[in-house]
Amino acid sequence: MAFYRSHVLVSVDPECLARGAHDIIDALNDELIAQGLIDEVQVLETSRIGDPHRLGPDMLVYPENVHYANLTVDDIPYLVEEHFLKGRIVEKFRAQEKVITDEELGAPKPKEVRVVLRNCGKIDPHNIEEYIAEDGYQALAKVITEMTPEQVIEEVMKSGLRGRGGAGFPAARKWQLCRQVQDNPKYLTCNADEGDPGAFMNRRVLESDPHSVIEGMIIAAYAIGASMGYIYCRAEYPIAVQNLNIAIAQAREFGFLGQNIFGTDFSFDLEVRMGAGAFVCGEETALIASIEGKRGEPRPRPPFPAVKGVWGKPTNNNNVETYAVVPQIILKGAEWYASMGTEKSKGTKTFAIAGDVVNTGLIEVPFGITLREVIYDVGGGIKDGKKFKAIQTGGPMGGCLVEEHLDLPVDYEALTAAGSIMGSGGMIVMDEDTCMVDIARFFMEFTQEESCGKCTPCRVGTKHLLEIHEKICAGKGEPADLERLDELCVEITRNSLCGLGQGAPNPVISTLKYFRHEYEAHIYEKRCPAKVCRALIRFEIQAPACTGCTVCSRNCPVEAISGERRQVHVIDDEKCVRCGICVQVCNFNAIEILS
Amino acid sequence: MEAVAKPHIDGLCEDKRALLDEIIEQNRERPGALMVVLNETQSKIGYVSVPIQHYIAKKMRVPVGAVHGVVTFYSFFTTEPRGKHTMKFCMGTACYVGGVPQLMEKAKQITGTEIGRTTPDGQLTLEVCRCVGACSQAPVVMVDDEIVGRIKPNKFPQLIKKLLES
Repeated sequence: MAFYRSHVLVSVDPECLARGAHDIIDALNDELIAQGLIDEVQVLETSRIGDPHRLGPDMLVYPENVHYANLTVDDIPYLVEEHFLKGRIVEKFRAQEKVITDEELGAPKPKEVRVVLRNCGKIDPHNIEEYIAEDGYQALAKVITEMTPEQVIEEVMKSGLRGRGGAGFPAARKWQLCRQVQDNPKYLTCNADEGDPGAFMNRRVLESDPHSVIEGMIIAAYAIGASMGYIYCRAEYPIAVQNLNIAIAQAREFGFLGQNIFGTDFSFDLEVRMGAGAFVCGEETALIASIEGKRGEPRPRPPFPAVKGVWGKPTNNNNVETYAVVPQIILKGAEWYASMGTEKSKGTKTFAIAGDVVNTGLIEVPFGITLREVIYDVGGGIKDGKKFKAIQTGGPMGGCLVEEHLDLPVDYEALTAAGSIMGSGGMIVMDEDTCMVDIARFFMEFTQEESCGKCTPCRVGTKHLLEIHEKICAGKGEPADLERLDELCVEITRNSLCGLGQGAPNPVISTLKYFRHEYEAHIYEKRCPAKVCRALIRFEIQAPACTGCTVCSRNCPVEAISGERRQVHVIDDEKCVRCGICVQVCNFNAIEILS
Repeated sequence: MEAVAKPHIDGLCEDKRALLDEIIEQNRERPGALMVVLNETQSKIGYVSVPIQHYIAKKMRVPVGAVHGVVTFYSFFTTEPRGKHTMKFCMGTACYVGGVPQLMEKAKQITGTEIGRTTPDGQLTLEVCRCVGACSQAPVVMVDDEIVGRIKPNKFPQLIKKLLES
């Protein structure tokens, strides 16, 4: 095969043809011959590029990925000389790209490295050919035709890839364990039950690059010797389910799934199973029960799923992100992947940043980046110039970290040592207006409701934790409550059956540790320092600032605000339900919250 | 079993029964079919009432208790018919911090209905749901199957009124 240093793709869709795309191609070839570059630059035809309403003909030049538009035959000699001979991009011919605003996933920020998210927003998830054009399914071909299952496991082992679901167990070790079990058939499951509030990395990958997950699963299936796989996706993600189903059908059509993949005797198929709104199903034994059509309750381990999983057969379960990164490791090599990250946590990790930061959305950074870099460099700092208070990592089983932790390198061990977890990668940034007792209460409300009820420490314990928090937030806390909380946290962590119960007290433990003074203010002074807890605050309109515009009284849900137009308004404290709508709607910041 | 189930089955109208038959027939051969059948039922009929549970149990030859156990375990399955529209308030952390509780207050006030209930005219059901994963757009509500994000408190009443009237 001839090797070209550069490829020119000229669009030959009807619009461009009408504007002389073929003349452009001829002119390009003539000029390349004239300048002696015809053996180095290849001119190809392609379908539509970019905006159909642009004045054609369009062309793309690789490897630079430069998009030229509005070309005429007369421009070609200059273009060839500048771009292909002198290697300078001709800015005046460059197409003005439409600015696409993607609220979740913007252009990569300076410290980002996109491995898992590389195709997101770039390729059409409904078209397998676009994935293939981005080297898709090449890793699978390499694995099936050139490597033994042991070599695949060895390669992934060398890369240092750890499970991205949160626990960080080395992926290749898990595969090896499952491979060694003498029992057939074997199953593969993909945990796409991304239930952590504030985490949406997996959703984005499933929606915009489903084939990367599918390819990773097929490679893992080959390594383990599995014949059937299930992607367990939560019901809250209908678009992800839809895109996965389209992608699976296309992969089957192309012979990447089904019988005799790539003409070998390896066969594997995939199916999407939908959850139905149970957070605990993200725990692997509960997930397996749910796939089997049962109540999604966890069971004690061992036996681990690698020995007894779906239908009692050996099963390997990994997270979406873990599978999605596998093809890249195979293609670019374990050394490349292991060159990123820290000593024990290799590669990159996606995080969903939400809460009170300027840039909310998805990021992908190498392990070892500090929380400060994540919040200030990538996240753009705290919104409205407020002060940073805490960052909650790892979802509802994680803890709140504070200012002193900001220079911690983000990796599995460092976060655990600081009292939080990596979890699936949700990060919620909170500013000074957040009441930490209220946040702990919020997380307990979540875990109490999502506790499956099977084991007592979790079922009863989380309920007690919630009740004590509700009491404190209502201004009825007693000094002994703090000790009760301390004690309960220890008991629940120690005695619960699965990760949900064991991790449930984490938000309380960390807030008790770093924000004990806030608990004390609630209990002893009956005061909420952040002015959030309704029972401990009241609203007052400040006379000098109030213009009598009536916005607050019109928006008050309980008609607690009275006053004539252009007169200072008054809030009736008896009627006020402390919903805070008046503060939000007031254009003059006239309403003050007192505690 | 038969004697208990019968009056309930009679409570189902003909087209619902046909739809259930179709759903069960399509998935019968799959291992672990119960979850798939219930998910389909929830999305096509809108709820999994006790008579429907009995019918599915009988058709799939599993104990009614097993079906009931699964239905009540997962929050996505509802046993009562929903309103014509459903508004789900996202209770993810970002939305909670971002003002969803205030929106819920407002919704309760406008509709006169508690969260978890349907308006008397069957027009709108108010519910809370788990994080829908659209955290960068907080505060978020889900109107039927659509995510509505970055809701401003002063624009919110219009959104509800539209649903109550359409």
